[in-house]
Amino acid sequence: MPGERFNILRFLLNHSTLVLFIAVFALFGLSSPRTPVEIAGITIDFPRFWSPENIFNMVKQAAVFAGIIGVGMTFVLLTAGIDLSVGSNMYLSVVVSGLLMRSIGLEIIPALLVSLMVGTLFGAFNAFCILRLKIIPFMTTLATLVIGRGLGTFLTDSQQIDFPERMNAFGQTLVFGVIPMPIVVFGIVVLVSWYILSRTPFGRQVYAVGNDIEAAKKAGINTDRTLAMVYIISGFCAGLAGFILASQLGGRVDRSFAETREFDAIAAAVLGGTSLFGGAGNVFGTVIGAILIQMVGTGLQFNLVNLYLQPMARAFVIFLAIFFDSLREANMKKLKRRFIRPVEADAPPEPQPSSAGD
Amino acid sequence: MTAFLELQDLTKSFYGIAAVKGVSLNIKTGQTLGLIGQNGAGKSTLMNLIGGVVHPDSGEMRLTEKLYAPRTPADAQRAGIAFIHQELNLFTNLTIAENIFITGFPRKGVLGSIDTAKIKSLTRDLLASVGLQLDPSTNVDRISPGERQLVEIAKALYQDASLIIFDEPTTSLTARETERLFAIMNQLRQQGKGLVYISHILGDVKKLADEIAIMRDGELVAYEPASAFSIQRMIAQMVGRSIEQLYPPRTAAPTNMPLLAVEGVNAAGIVKEISFTLHKGEVLGLFGLMGSGRTELARMIFGIDAFERGNIRVEGESIISPSPRKSIRHKIAFVTENRREEGLLMSIDIANNISLVSLLDFAGGLISVIDQREMTAAAQQTAQVLQLKSGDIRYQHAKALSGGNQQKVVIAKWLLSEPMIFIMDEPTRGIDVGAKYEIYTIIDRLASEGSGVLIISSELDELIGLCDRILVMSRGEIYGEFSREQFQEETILRAAFRQDDTAIPHNHDGVREEAGKQD
Repeated sequence: MPGERFNILRFLLNHSTLVLFIAVFALFGLSSPRTPVEIAGITIDFPRFWSPENIFNMVKQAAVFAGIIGVGMTFVLLTAGIDLSVGSNMYLSVVVSGLLMRSIGLEIIPALLVSLMVGTLFGAFNAFCILRLKIIPFMTTLATLVIGRGLGTFLTDSQQIDFPERMNAFGQTLVFGVIPMPIVVFGIVVLVSWYILSRTPFGRQVYAVGNDIEAAKKAGINTDRTLAMVYIISGFCAGLAGFILASQLGGRVDRSFAETREFDAIAAAVLGGTSLFGGAGNVFGTVIGAILIQMVGTGLQFNLVNLYLQPMARAFVIFLAIFFDSLREANMKKLKRRFIRPVEADAPPEPQPSSAGD
Repeated sequence: MTAFLELQDLTKSFYGIAAVKGVSLNIKTGQTLGLIGQNGAGKSTLMNLIGGVVHPDSGEMRLTEKLYAPRTPADAQRAGIAFIHQELNLFTNLTIAENIFITGFPRKGVLGSIDTAKIKSLTRDLLASVGLQLDPSTNVDRISPGERQLVEIAKALYQDASLIIFDEPTTSLTARETERLFAIMNQLRQQGKGLVYISHILGDVKKLADEIAIMRDGELVAYEPASAFSIQRMIAQMVGRSIEQLYPPRTAAPTNMPLLAVEGVNAAGIVKEISFTLHKGEVLGLFGLMGSGRTELARMIFGIDAFERGNIRVEGESIISPSPRKSIRHKIAFVTENRREEGLLMSIDIANNISLVSLLDFAGGLISVIDQREMTAAAQQTAQVLQLKSGDIRYQHAKALSGGNQQKVVIAKWLLSEPMIFIMDEPTRGIDVGAKYEIYTIIDRLASEGSGVLIISSELDELIGLCDRILVMSRGEIYGEFSREQFQEETILRAAFRQDDTAIPHNHDGVREEAGKQD
């Protein structure tokens, strides 16, 4: 835009997560323990936090803990909804497939499919409550959070499930002999989701519904179907994430499995620029958000921060992210004001509708 | 010029009150029909009937001689009827091309992805036909209100609409954008589209329309070729009736002691350089058409919304960075437009509603416990003064009262805080004639006791019957001022429609001219 001044504050606000990401990566790197590494004949003390093994590890953990469900959550948040039940959904899905693996000796792939099916049905149940019974998403998914965990505990008699050894082997799979399986799965989920959101009519309608549901109805979009789909997608992602996470934990699933994962999923999406008010955000942002959260966790361990202080530090980063989101939203509101007369040229400096931030 | 859409004796009532009464119209293709009327004359209801948003109680519509009974807006869309609303229905987070194709993306490939190349080239052609040279992949939040208007038209063209209905399309457009819109409308008409143009800018209606239909109180009062109308005649037919004796006489004359002074209040795109003074004992009316900025101004004065420049003084003392709390401390009361949403706590009892603003006055002791008995007694007393008709005010909920009595509760709430300045936004909207008279009596008494009352109303009769002075707002500006001896419905309405020869002679484009400089 000609004549638009570069506003450093607005730039930082719009890219707050990237700034936070770089800052956290740099800070923990500089303060982490070092290992001597020989590069081109010179030996330097390389921070262990920046080592390829650690970076691989962080991405892998980000994928299973917050990334996959974060992508599902992104769909839901784009419509200005919320899904608090993903942690319980992960647990229930993996319990069902785990019990079947033990009782009738289900192989890995069928077990994975069972997990995906349970997760998807769980999401469909959420959609049913929200759209047919007209219970708001927050209450619906808060209820299914409790129901899902309760059902899982009932099915297992509150006992830990020990998966067969092949589950552990599956978890250690390296694709092309180098890339850990969870990273590949995460990559596929991200790419497919990106494609759906940006290249299909359904995806664009998700953004339209989140922007203005009334206008979407008037434009003839089937908003009920769109909303139902996002909860089903979130459920599918939870089923997938549950199975992969179980394989990473050596095939042991107890009753606290994936508890409070929903918070990391929401935080990852919001950190990645997805607005809780709907209509804005994308899955790549969620990837950055998920890795950022994992990086903070790992970084605190590297720096031997008191174990009991770590959750608080993590929460602080999430708090910052949501604070930035509300700042962004206030800025957006200002731009969306309804005008009843043309904005005049002599008006004092004021963001004009045509220069809406990106 | 064949009849495209025929309306036959359409009637629609809401809660027993007829909004549209026996309207018959022929909307033809290749023509522009101008539709005018005062606020609440039934224009919007009529358009909602055509658009399938509401359904007629009796009468029918025929589209190219076949029965047309739309159940949803999508039905109207499929029948080839498109609406361009004042409030646009575009998704600001999507691109222009995506907005146009949102419900019918062309797909390609085995995966059925959106054919972006195709929607871009189609959009480029559509934009060219409305005279826009924008990149189809520009996000809508980056284009101006005028450009958005044209994008809506492009969308209507893509849907191959035969009838396009424009509802106040020029309110947020600059002079140049308006000219461009009119040129395109003319072009569409020549291509054989039928157009309906609804506007409060009568000069534009006269210029654009082939036929003009005038509505008043839900009825069609005139429907003739545009050449048969002068602007005077349009106004005379919109007003129609004479004022009956519906108002109590004023019991005391206003003083000239300033109470509330608004000085040069300015907010870009909303209000411009608003200055006026409200005196002790005065009832000051603020008239304007819907969307003229009346409510926005009232909210700024009371400190709910911010403004950029200007000053609010109460008895000479400036209110610095106004807020509702400061306004209440300066003894300003604000009776809002929507008593259900903003004025009352509907499922709380009447006594607590009345004492809400002055709750702290009844609190005492170390931990500020509310003295229930004292509070109820005070509320009871105020309710009696206002002759509130209700059950026990301690138990009856606000929602169980009639509209008139609800409004009395809102006024009682403010009375208890003993204000000097009352701002009342549409105080009699939706309440019956008897209750209106009682509210008018209360307003007169407040002024006679030395308060200043600022009344915002869309009903000009009411202001003429009640006020000492009337200010007219139009497009965010004060556009005229009338003292009691100058009160004449037609003159005031002309100012509101910017057809006032005295204020700024024949220059409804004034603002746009000025604003046009920016681009």
